[in-house]
Amino acid sequence: MSDLLTSVEDLAARIPDGAKVALAPDYSGVSLATVRALIARDAKDLHLVGVPSVGFQGDMLIGAGCVATLETAAVTLEEYGPAPRFTAAIKAGTLKIIDGTCPAIHAGLTAAEKGIPFMPVRGIVGSDLEAHRDDWMIGSDPFGEEDGPIVMVKAIRPDITLIHAPLSDRHGNVWIGVRREMMLMAHAAKDTMVTAEEIYDGDLLADEKLAPGTIPGLYVTAVAEAEKGAWPCGLFGRYGPDDAHLRDYLARAKTEEGFAGYIDEFVHGAKAAG
Amino acid sequence: MAEFQTEELLIATVADMLAGLRHVAVGAQSPIPGSAALLAQARSGGALRVSMLGSEAHSPFTDGGRELFDCAAQGRIDAFFLGGGQIDGQANINLVGIGDYPDTKVRFPGSFGSAYLYFLVPRVILFREEHTARVLVPKVDFISAPGVSEETTHRTGGPHALVTGRCVFDFDNAAKRFRLRSVHPGHTVDEIHEHTGFEFETPDQVPETPAPDDATLTLLRGPVAAAVAERYPSFATKVFGTASAA
Repeated sequence: MSDLLTSVEDLAARIPDGAKVALAPDYSGVSLATVRALIARDAKDLHLVGVPSVGFQGDMLIGAGCVATLETAAVTLEEYGPAPRFTAAIKAGTLKIIDGTCPAIHAGLTAAEKGIPFMPVRGIVGSDLEAHRDDWMIGSDPFGEEDGPIVMVKAIRPDITLIHAPLSDRHGNVWIGVRREMMLMAHAAKDTMVTAEEIYDGDLLADEKLAPGTIPGLYVTAVAEAEKGAWPCGLFGRYGPDDAHLRDYLARAKTEEGFAGYIDEFVHGAKAAG
Repeated sequence: MAEFQTEELLIATVADMLAGLRHVAVGAQSPIPGSAALLAQARSGGALRVSMLGSEAHSPFTDGGRELFDCAAQGRIDAFFLGGGQIDGQANINLVGIGDYPDTKVRFPGSFGSAYLYFLVPRVILFREEHTARVLVPKVDFISAPGVSEETTHRTGGPHALVTGRCVFDFDNAAKRFRLRSVHPGHTVDEIHEHTGFEFETPDQVPETPAPDDATLTLLRGPVAAAVAERYPSFATKVFGTASAA
């Protein structure tokens, strides 16, 4: 059982170059510890899927040259402002962007979760998003109860879901509480890699209050203990974002040199353990 | 009449549009619409449900990110707010970028849930404080979400109004264009024409946007400001001088 417990570095090593990796938004469960380890091991050609958007982890991985493709409904650092390395990569033409919309990403993952090839989703018709997606099609209600077009999105099956959670037990059961987008992400992906604030002694599924908010270990491939693993982002119920640090990141990441200095300091440097 | 700030006028104006509704949802990065929803909730004596993305105090959802969208498709959300890097005269919105997609000259964050919620929430209020010809354009470079759809397209929602830092437009769904409803105090109809890139209807008489009354300001600066501070601490501090709850 305990062989699924490993280190953050090992998690990063087991996310291969070219993998399709699903990530949660900054307000959910983000494993910045593993993002730093991916940058440290110089990961390449990742295909990130924002569920449904990405924030700092996306901007950092893009800035560090780890990402070939970004599939997302948005890249947002919320009130901190536009994501600087994402914006620069789009301008430089070094990033393939697959623009989507939140419910289409949820629908694609829901199809994968159910093991079916596609899922219909409302709206979207007439949006320029649709014109640029070869994995979305316009169809119609096969039962004929409704006229008009309906968009079908192809299943999105990530190779890996990478998340950070407050608790994991030694069986790989991972408590995510009410942040159930991470449940969907784990159901849909082939493998789920998790960093957890702390290892829970016992069985999370045996506690009736915790079990409903727990990703069962059957979906989870590997877990690493990482206290403050979401830092400098926050983790629900535990700690908020490190506001001063994030503002400092924004200021430095405006230029390539500034970003490189940030990475040197916090990924390769003495503060990497942060 | 008490002194008020522009933000307070905008909040009160948007809140008036939410009177009598059951459930208003607020997306990311929306301090003014969020404050308006909380003001409308306070005025309703708590009858109005407010769901605010990213708020721990104001989220009724337990099924992850998809639940808001599932609720909208079922008609459980009455109002939502969208913005846009560009908004055009047919109420198309662009949250993706300026230029020839995907090689955009200026890149915006992305479409979020707009391409869906615009179709399914009956009262979508477009909010963009910057009112310039750069934002309010004749035609958007990229349609994240269309303002109007073909008859055959399932569409239970769409644009209700556009609120900017200078004025309020109503959207006329039949005519597929905006109509100037009111101009904020200190602004003029001529100025609206000068700074709007799209054509719109101008009635002979355009009233001034009503200033928030004393009861509104009392509510806004008291309980509403405190509630806003939970989700938007720096905004609350700036506008209301509220000490951050954190």
